[in-house]
Amino acid sequence: MYTDKVMDHFQNPRNVGEIEDADGIGEVGNPTCGDMMTIYLKIEDNIIKDIKFKTFGCGAAIATSSMITEIALGKTVEEAYAISKNEVADALDGLPPIKMHCSNLAADALQAAIEDYRSKQ
Amino acid sequence: MIYMDHAATSPVRKEVVEAIEPYFTEFYGNPSTIYKVGREAKKGLENARENVAKLIGAKADEIIFTSGGTESDNIAIKGIALKNKDKGNHIITSSIEHPAVLETCRYLEKNGFEVTYLPVYQEGIVRIDDLKEAITDKTILITVMHVNSEIGTIQPIAEIGKIAKEKNIKFHTDAVQSIGKIPVNVDKLNVDLLSISAHKIYGPKGVGALFVRKGTRLETVLHGGGQEKNLSSGTENVPGAVGLGKACELAGKELEKNMKYLAKLRDRLVEGITTNVDEAYVNGDTDKKVPGTTNLHFVGIEGEGLVLLLDGKNIAAATGSACSSKKLEASYVLKALGLDDVHCHGSLRLTLGSENTEEEVEYVIESIKEAVARLRSMSSIWNERESKMKDLEDKNRCKTCSLE
Ligand code: FES
Repeated sequence: MYTDKVMDHFQNPRNVGEIEDADGIGEVGNPTCGDMMTIYLKIEDNIIKDIKFKTFGCGAAIATSSMITEIALGKTVEEAYAISKNEVADALDGLPPIKMHCSNLAADALQAAIEDYRSKQ
Repeated sequence: MIYMDHAATSPVRKEVVEAIEPYFTEFYGNPSTIYKVGREAKKGLENARENVAKLIGAKADEIIFTSGGTESDNIAIKGIALKNKDKGNHIITSSIEHPAVLETCRYLEKNGFEVTYLPVYQEGIVRIDDLKEAITDKTILITVMHVNSEIGTIQPIAEIGKIAKEKNIKFHTDAVQSIGKIPVNVDKLNVDLLSISAHKIYGPKGVGALFVRKGTRLETVLHGGGQEKNLSSGTENVPGAVGLGKACELAGKELEKNMKYLAKLRDRLVEGITTNVDEAYVNGDTDKKVPGTTNLHFVGIEGEGLVLLLDGKNIAAATGSACSSKKLEASYVLKALGLDDVHCHGSLRLTLGSENTEEEVEYVIESIKEAVARLRSMSSIWNERESKMKDLEDKNRCKTCSLE
């Protein structure tokens, strides 16, 4: 049911972990199935220099977390904020319809982390 | 591949395949016909009926063949309900039945019947006192499963049956998960109706049986040619029935040996997991269980991910996590034990079969250890699990206040 890309990102997730002196942290929970995701950002000159995630959730949730960190790394804060859940799902060659809310969660977590960063400026 | 999902289905044994084959190619006749090839088919069908009856201590003419456990449950429950609707409209069941029972009960609720769903508590077993309390003079049917498919707990069927008999209430049990795993005898269990499926006991899919005690009257709910005592219809699935018969014959012969073997494997599996993995807990009663079945949960991780990682190691297992269900809801069986969503999330069911080996069990323990560690290293709640789990539990509680 998952594409090869989803399985690859699930089995070899990129950017797993935490950033100790993060500039922004976004933590969101999933109302649909009850999982949780946290994204940590390091930002320099308005550019995402480092990004890490931790997720308590299904294969799709882990894969979308991994994918969104890969997409966001090196982008400006504005570009990163604009990443949509569809973009993440497309980059994974699609998700099963029932799992689309997992990519939603990844986009929400990134936006929450950016908002946290902005609120501290 | 290491297959540890026998509660879902099982491989068909070679002996069963061999027994079935001639009924596709040689004895393919319609058993209702009188010429030779039809008579041969009929012979195979009736021989299979004998074998099914023998396994459960019934008479052959008390067995009807069906398309599986679901059809058996439907015929039994609706059949009794409709036949007795003038006597009463109350049905008692448990909250952890198979959907074939639960959905049939819900359907009847929409049509004027009242249903009591008995709780099962942390141990996953109904209590006789609750049952006694639930019985009214309108109760016409009790239907409680023999063994639960997700947690393997054994329900007190003989005791329930005794009470039902005293009160003159018909009693049905779905024995799909107990047949071939523990002794099943319709007289000792005091049941009037009992559902069986072939594919859980190394037989083919799409065939099962219903035991109907002599003198038990059912309304027909499946209309047609009336081939199976007018309760089930359609040209008989002779190869399927023959397969079921063979599977029952083998199950009976090997029952004792398998019970011992599977209990040993399962106990080692549970011990290996719980001593090697922190915060791994067994769901449901640990003793009153069929051999070979265990259900655990691992704090801080999600089960679909665990199943996928195990799949990557060629292990087939199941989970009751919301994320892996079609409706994104945690298993209602685990919830009935009082587990909240966040604990159901990390559940894993392992159901062993006689072809599993001790080496496989060791490999599975090692693989689970690695996979859980891996998922926990990625988990956003594992490190601060105490505070975060609590948060999640609180949030979930609002969503599922029915539990509280
Ligand atoms: S995290 Fe629950 S479905 Fe993805």
